[in-house]
Amino acid sequence: MSIAFASWHDFFAMGGYAFFVWLALALTIIPLLGLVLHTLIQRRAILRSVVRSHAREARMRAAREKEKA
Amino acid sequence: MWKTAHQLANPARLYQLCGVGVLWLGGASMLGLTAGWIWGFGFAPADSLQGDSYRIIYLHVPAAMLSMGIYASMALAAFIGLVWQSNMANLALAAMAPVGAVFTFIALVTGCAWGKPMWGTWWVWDARLTAELVLLFLYLGAIALWSAFDDLRLAGRAAGILVLIGVVNLPIIHYSVEWWSTLHQGSTNMQQNIDPSMRTPLRLTIVSNLLLFMTLALMRMRNLILLVEKRRPWVKALILQRGRR
Repeated sequence: MSIAFASWHDFFAMGGYAFFVWLALALTIIPLLGLVLHTLIQRRAILRSVVRSHAREARMRAAREKEKA
Repeated sequence: MWKTAHQLANPARLYQLCGVGVLWLGGASMLGLTAGWIWGFGFAPADSLQGDSYRIIYLHVPAAMLSMGIYASMALAAFIGLVWQSNMANLALAAMAPVGAVFTFIALVTGCAWGKPMWGTWWVWDARLTAELVLLFLYLGAIALWSAFDDLRLAGRAAGILVLIGVVNLPIIHYSVEWWSTLHQGSTNMQQNIDPSMRTPLRLTIVSNLLLFMTLALMRMRNLILLVEKRRPWVKALILQRGRR
């Protein structure tokens, strides 16, 4: 296995196909990162909503007990 | 074996297993993708006909293979969900759908970026490309149908039926290059026709992309499990535990 390019400049030039090769790479990595980000944001939102609904139930239970007393 | 399979239907246990999977598969896929892409883009030799533009293969082929593989696994989950009325199988279908859609999108756009320098056009309405586009619409349709229902069972059934009908598209995509004369080249017999110096990094990227799909699907599966189980005590315990840490 040896390096396919003589210099960094050659590497970035991709034998004249730089635009297409790097475009393809960007169009692979950006959607994947977007999906990871969406998944993490979704997780945070779900955990927050669970915490909120638990807090609400606790408040309602407390209010009911107060009424009874 | 059946005991293990039944444990998968227990949401709390499944959530935990998914978490372990995300850690290991995610790490392995990151390592593999970095190594495979550096190898493919910087070390594999240039192609005698296509020059350096062929390096798009390390992005295009794994995504295209996964776009179909993920659909097949969704169909399997849909089948299990419909026959055994398994909620977790329906969730698995919904977890995989966005990941499959993203890989199909990647296969299409990297194909465009490869087609322009090699064929002279970004897009043609030939059989392979059109069938792959239909696959993207099937994914989007399944996602839309899933989110159109508030009731989980109904959503799973509706999306499951669509996914199972759409399976007919898979052989069409696969054989399109043989049945019709297409601009897209026929399938390459990878074992024989690609030189090992180009094949090994390709295999590495294929396996790593597969691991990445599994990681992403498991992450989304965890989210969906939390969503449907949010009123259960184990979720409450989990959040308390997180808060303390």
